[in-house]
Parts: sequence; C-alpha cells; structure tokens
Amino acid sequence: MKNPIAVRVDDLTVAYNYKPVLWDIDLEIPEGVLMAIVGPNGAGKSTLIKSILGIIKPIAGSISIYDKPYKKQRELVAYVPQKGSVDWDFPTTAQDVVLMGTYGDLGWIKRPGSKEKKLALEALEKVGMLAFKNRQISQLSGGQQQRIFLARALVQNASIYFMDEPFQGVDASTEIAIINILKELRKSGKTVVVVHHDLQTVPEYFDWVTFLNVKKIATGPVKDIFNDDNLTKTYGINYKVAINK
Amino acid sequence: MTIPQIEIQLIAVVVAIACAIPGVFLVLRKMALISDAISHSILPGIVLGFFITHDLNSPLLILFAALFGVITVVLVEAIQKTGLVKEDTAIGLVFPILFSIGVLLIAKNANDVHLDIDAVLLGELAFAPFDRFFVGEQDFGPKSLWVMGTILITTCVLLFLFFKELKVSTFDAGLSSALGFSPVLLHYGLMSVSSITVVGAFDAVGAILVVALMITPAAAAYLLTSNLKKMLFLSIFFGIISALGGYWLAHFLDASISGSITTILGVLFLIVYLSAPNKGLISVIIMHKQQKREVMLLTFLLHLNNHSDTTERHINHLNEHINWHKLKSKRILDLALKNNLILIDNEIVNLTEKGQEFTKLAIDYIITNTDEKIEHMKDDFFLFRG
Amino acid sequence: MNFSEYFSLLFSDYTLRTISLGTALLGAICGMLGSFAVLRKQSLLGDAISHAALPGIALAFLITGAKDSNVLLLGALVSGLIGTFWIRSMVTKTHLKSDTALGLVLSLFFGFGMLLLTFIQKQPNANQAGLDKYLFGQAATLIEKDVQILLLVTTASLFILLLFWKEFKILLFDVEYANTLGFNTKFLDILITFLIVLAIVLGLQTVGVVLMSAMLLAPAAAARQWTNKLSVMVGLAAIFGAFSGVMGTAISASQNNLSTGPVIVLIAGCFVFISFVFSHKRGLLLREYKFRQNRRELHHNKTLLFMYEIAKDHKNIEHPHAIKILNNFYGFTVKTLKQLETKEFILISGQNWSLTKKGYYQATTMFMQNEIKNDNTTN
Repeated sequence: MKNPIAVRVDDLTVAYNYKPVLWDIDLEIPEGVLMAIVGPNGAGKSTLIKSILGIIKPIAGSISIYDKPYKKQRELVAYVPQKGSVDWDFPTTAQDVVLMGTYGDLGWIKRPGSKEKKLALEALEKVGMLAFKNRQISQLSGGQQQRIFLARALVQNASIYFMDEPFQGVDASTEIAIINILKELRKSGKTVVVVHHDLQTVPEYFDWVTFLNVKKIATGPVKDIFNDDNLTKTYGINYKVAINK
Repeated sequence: MTIPQIEIQLIAVVVAIACAIPGVFLVLRKMALISDAISHSILPGIVLGFFITHDLNSPLLILFAALFGVITVVLVEAIQKTGLVKEDTAIGLVFPILFSIGVLLIAKNANDVHLDIDAVLLGELAFAPFDRFFVGEQDFGPKSLWVMGTILITTCVLLFLFFKELKVSTFDAGLSSALGFSPVLLHYGLMSVSSITVVGAFDAVGAILVVALMITPAAAAYLLTSNLKKMLFLSIFFGIISALGGYWLAHFLDASISGSITTILGVLFLIVYLSAPNKGLISVIIMHKQQKREVMLLTFLLHLNNHSDTTERHINHLNEHINWHKLKSKRILDLALKNNLILIDNEIVNLTEKGQEFTKLAIDYIITNTDEKIEHMKDDFFLFRG
Repeated sequence: MNFSEYFSLLFSDYTLRTISLGTALLGAICGMLGSFAVLRKQSLLGDAISHAALPGIALAFLITGAKDSNVLLLGALVSGLIGTFWIRSMVTKTHLKSDTALGLVLSLFFGFGMLLLTFIQKQPNANQAGLDKYLFGQAATLIEKDVQILLLVTTASLFILLLFWKEFKILLFDVEYANTLGFNTKFLDILITFLIVLAIVLGLQTVGVVLMSAMLLAPAAAARQWTNKLSVMVGLAAIFGAFSGVMGTAISASQNNLSTGPVIVLIAGCFVFISFVFSHKRGLLLREYKFRQNRRELHHNKTLLFMYEIAKDHKNIEHPHAIKILNNFYGFTVKTLKQLETKEFILISGQNWSLTKKGYYQATTMFMQNEIKNDNTTN
C-alpha cells in the first residue's frame, strides 16, 4: 500500500534581490519517511524549509500538507530551526524554551498550565535534558541547546517535523541521541525532513533523500538515488561515495 | 552682504566640512551614534575645564572636553568587554551618566558660572561673529573660525597622511592588522579627531547640529556611491550646500540657523533617499517589481519547459497550479508574448524556439552562475545583472 | 530638606505625593518596556525617539495653541512613531545600517523641531517653560491630572503585557518559530513598538530628551544581572525604575537649581554599577573570584603533581623531601604548601614535606577526576 503524501510542493520559486534561490521545485514527501535534504552551500535548503513553513514568501508555488493548504494544517507541522538563529543569552531556562512548543495549541492569551508543564518535562526527559530543566540556556553547550530545540518540537506532537541542520556543531553523543529519536519518530509513522550537511552519514541515518541545488536534482529512496551520478549533478565535481548496500 | 553675515556663512561651511570628513568614517564603521554620545558626554569636561580656568574662552576647555570624548569611548568599550550587556546598551548608559554628572557639577556651582545648557545643546551660530579672536589689540576675526579652521586643516592633513590606512582598516580590519597598520591606533585616532571636532563645532552650532552634520551628508553620499574618495567629496559637497542653504533659509524665516541647516540637511537626505539611482527608495521599489516580474516570467517558461503535457500548459492552469492571481498571470503572458518567447494556440501555451533557447540559457546561468552566455540579455533583464 | 523631612512630608504634602507617584509610575513603565527594548536589540531607540518627539511637540503647540500636556504628548507620540517606522524602513529597504538610521532620525527630526521652536518663541503667548520641560525634564511640574493619565497608561500597558505575556516572550526569543505556530508576529511587533514609543514619550517629562536612553536602559540592564527569568527581570526593572524616579525627585526637590532628570539617571546608574559588580549570578566581583579560585586550583594541582613525580621514584612514597627543592618550581608558594597540608595531601615537618597516601591517590586519579566531573555537568 502506498503511503499518502504528507507534503506536496508545487512549482516553488523563491528569489532574494536578484539572486534566484529556488527554481520551480516540485517535491512530494510521502508519509513516514526520514528524509535528508542535501546540497552545496547556497543551494536553497534552508530556504526550502522556510518557504514551506511560510516564513519566507515565495514568488510562485503552492504548499499542501495532506492535500490541504499549509496555513490550515499548522498544528500538524513542527519546526526545529538552526541553533544559531536565536540569541542564547536571552533570560530563560531550558524548560521555558521547551514549554514554548505548547503555545501553538494554547492559542492566544491562554497560559501554559500543569498539563503543558508535564508535556514539557516528558519531552526534556526524552532528549536527556531533564536534569537541566532550570538551567539558563546560555550555560548550555551546543549539543544541549540542540536537544532543547528538538524537545520543543516534540512537545507539539506533530505529524511532520522539519529540522534545519540539527547535527551541525554538536558532540557525538548528542548526534546519536538525536538520530535515535528521529528514527523512533519514523517508526511511529511520523514524517521527518532534515536539512543535512554531512553526506557521509546520509545512507546510515536516512531512508529518503532529496538532492537540491536551486533546482531539485533528484528525490527518492536512498538506496535508489544516492549515487555518484546524482552527487555529481548536485555538487558539480566527481563524487565517489561508498554506499553500504 | 554684511561682514558678520559672511563670517557666519564661512564658519558654517568650515564646520560642515570639518564634520563631514570624520562622519564618513563613522558611518562606514557603523559608529554613527558615537557622535551623539560624545556630543553629550563632553559636558563634564567643559565644566571641569571651566572650574580650573574660570575662562569660557580658554583652550583648556576644548582639551578637557575632547579628553572626555575619548574617555567616553574607552568606558563604552570597557563595558562591552564585560559582556554583561550588548554594545548599544553600553553607549546608551555611558553618555547620559556623564552628561548628568556635568549638569550636576554646574548646578552645584551655579553662582560661579552661567553655562546655559540650552546653548550647549542648541547652539546659535548667529552669535558666533561676536566672539572675536584678539591678539593684543588686533582683531583677527571670529574665534570660532580660527578654532574650526585649525581643526579642519589638521583633519585634512591627517586624512591625507593616513588615507590608505584608514581605507584598509575601515573595510577590512583583519587585513589592516596583517599589513601592520594597527586598527586599534587608527580607531582611537579617529575617535580623538571626532571628539575634538565635536567640541570645536558645538560651541558654534550646538550638539545636535554637529551630529546631523557628521551623519547626514555621509549617509546621503553612501546611497550614491561606495567609493571612499567619491563619498568624501560628496559628503563635503552636501555639507557645504546645506550650510549655505540653511543660513539663507534662517535669514528668510528669521529663525534659528542651526535648526535651518539641519532642516535643509533633512530635505536633502530625503531627496537622495527617494531618488538615488539603484539604492534610493523609488529605484529599489521599481527594481523589485521588475525583478519579480522577470522571475515570474522565467518560472513560467521553465514550467512550460518541464511539462510537455498540454493540460499543464493550459492558460487557466497557470492560475491554479502556479498560484498566481489572474491579473498577474495575464501580465506575464503578455510579457512573454511581446518578447516572442511563447505562442498561444487554442489556449495552450507553447514555447517558441527563442523561448526554448532563452530558457536553457537561463537555467544554465542559474545553476552555474557563469554569465558569459547571457551577456546579450543583461540589458533587458535585471535578473542577470545580479 | 533632608530625608526624614521628605518622608514625613510625603504623607502630608499633597503635591509631593502626586509628584512622587508620578515619577514612580514613569520609572516603572520605563523599566518594564525598557526591558523589551533591550532584549530586542533596540537599545538606542530611546535616544533616537526622544529626540524625534520634538517636532511633534512643537507642531502640536503651534496647531492647537494649547500648553495642555496631553496634547503635546500626543504630538510627541505621533512624531515618535513616524520616526520609528522611518528608521525601520531605512534599515530594511536600503543598505544604511541601523546606527546610521538612528542617528539620522535623531538629529534631523530634532533639528527640524528646533526650527519650529524658534517660531514658537516669537509668538506672543508662548511660554518656554512648557517646552523646556521636554528638553531637560522637570517632574516637579507634574499635576494630578498628569498622574491620573500616567496611572491609566501604566495600568493599560501592564494589562496588555500580562495578556500577551507568552506571545511577547516567544516573539522576543524566536520570531520565526513563533510564526510557524501561527501567531501574527507583525501585529505583536507593532504592539510592542507602540508601547515602547509610548513609554519613551511619557518618560520625557521626568528626565528630558538627552537622558531618555538611560531611563529606558539602566533599570533593565541592572535587572538582567540578577535573574535568568524574563518575568523577574521585567519586575525588577520596574522596581529599579520606580525607585530611581522617586529617589531622584526627592533629592532634586531638596536642593535648589537641580532638575530631576540628571539625579534620576545617576541613581539608576548606581543601580547598574552595583548590579554589574556585585550580582551573585553574573557580577564582575563574582567573576574575578571564580577566576582566582580556578587559578588557585590549577596551582595546587600542578604543585601536587610535581611533588608526586618526585615521590613516586622512591620505594616509600611517603619519604620526606626538603622543601627547598620546590623553590624553583613555577607557581609554588608557601600558601599552596599550607593548603595542600590542610587537605591532608601532604605532611610538613620542619623543613621537609612528604606525600601522604591520600595525596598520592589524588595525584594519580587527577585526570580521571576531571572526566568524572565533566560527566556530571555535560551528561
């Protein structure tokens, strides 16, 4: 039985000033995959995610989540931005940041209560950060900060997760912890889309991959399309990679 | 014109030029607000100098004031280094506290001196001719002219001597270090010059006009060019015409000269802000619109290229699939038709040969960013000038 | 008048009470909204907008001919808002940087305001005092009606702040994420900006144009050093601000020839200084102490290791050695020796020292201990 399409991107085009960043992207992400988006720097990977989430306005194109427009399906989608996109000197604790993940469900004005706090603590435990719940976020290491961001998304209990370079600048144990959580998400039927910077680990971590360089080069199961041909088309030089078949 | 009138205009012009030069560097180094900070925080310096000499005309006042200008910068940087607050916050804390100390010093010794804070802030050029520079019995002219003139000449000499060092350290501090021009030394040199200029100038024109004269001409010039030399010339030019224009405006309206010069600066900046080619607001908006249209055109052509299925190339489909308003779609269609890039047959859109070639070249350019093939198209399309 | 007189007067003198309440409210509102300005990296907006308010005040006076504070305030608000949005427009649409934009609006608006002022000065019914108040601040001119309005505005702002607390928090911390949750960040942004400009315009009455930026920043900067929770920071900032306001007014009232502005700012400045140095979380004193402690520990470890190297070559590790041989070792001091003895890592008898079993063990496991310690802190 073929899986339903969780995310459909049609003719997405985004340009900054005079530079085209994404051209005519058509993409179908089936439900339940753990997908990596790879491509060289400036290929538009972050832009793709931000356009899907409505953070950046495209010049053309449409996004649908389970066949409905994204704006109507927000509660199904969770976002883990790049670590460097926030000021970590902001006065707040780890628990507080994770609690922010409940704000979407609460809607305007309502305050987080004991139910939300419980969800936050559970998420903190899942990422191994329960002991740090009262720690000021500026005192956390890079890996710990990334875990907090992940916990914040987990709290949303979404169906689809978008993550922007979650393994960038984290220690080895955090990387392992995160990928295990992602695999668990996939096992429970969630769809996970990750902008990934490290080609070496793609076959090991992901089952689907999209090659992106302003245009979509290829997308599909790793075993089918993660090959030298597509790598060369995307990165422009002769790429040799050993894939564990 | 009477002699005092000429003298006022001369002073105004000299002040304008003297402020424009360091102003350019402050704007380029993202330190514009230091000028505002210094203009306020030098008050305690002036007061202390006055307490020592009891002479409002003593050069010691200028010296002390300039010293406090440098102290301001040192304090701001010391606070920034602690990392307890961000950079801007440090500036916003230091100068009001120093200014307050100055005001308090004055108030405590109100009997001794009449230092009108009004004049400190607002200044009035109209009185400048009355403050003369006497050597013995000989009247050499307005004191302000001599003071600012000296400062101007010194600034010009320093600019001339250190031009390339300033240029490198402003645009690339790392390179500057590597080449042996200490950026720290240049930084403090610039701060000292700015300080002295502010002190010398605000006696004549007040604290606020000094800030306006330092930042506005440089900002306007920055919208017109990125070349340092051109920027300096333009700033000086803008400063001069604002000074003269402002004087005559004040004359005509019988109003404050400082206020008038600032207003002229404002009008000038507004004009440049709106109408500068490439970087002015109107140009930016027009170019954005044009660029958006071109991008849509290209998207549309690429879409045609990618889909051979005729249902995807039906006119109505454009609206649904690419998600554009009917009006936008029509404009794009017309643009493409006009350029002979498409043919419409039975409401199905097809690429012409020219259209196909154009599309292919465009894709190549986008992916590889090499622009040799699209040279001939650069004139028509903003997109490829990027 | 000294302090005890001031406080007794506070209960009996109606005017004094009014003024104190007024400056307390103003200080509080500046502290609260200043916290938001600081966290949004809009620290110097206070300086720019306070100057930009001048033409609005002048025009309001020219148009309505009234010296009614509230009309002038309205003028200031409009002018301030125009300035704010022009700053944003310049930064987003051109390549001018924010410091340039702030400086432009600051000086150009104010200069234009000065031009207008000279027209006002020539009018027959003009009274400079009303406008001077905005330049230098004079809380002593606050009357009951002013304070009523202040109370209203402060309450309304507090209400809005509490209502949208979590929205503001997430807006300040991670605006893109807030967008994905479905919050209208544009609306929130405009709301906060409006409140900040309102606080600035109101605060002008107490400290005047020049000193406004400090009124906005100082309470917040001080408060930040004492807590890592946003709510506590905002609350503390309000308290610091209110206190500075009241204290400043009291002191300046007891002296002649002193405007309230500079005194309030200096008191707020004291708060900042004390917070920077003595804060138990981030203070400079604490930092210096920790630094020295680390350095001392480093010296201990190095000395102990050095002693260990000497001792381990002997069959009996507890064999005594002359203290003299340690003299050339970098970082060795008599104090270090004494402290190692206190920790029972060594024994001193006469001119000799000897390693104890405990000290020997400490030395051998020194690097493993580091690992054990790290494991506990970084998981």
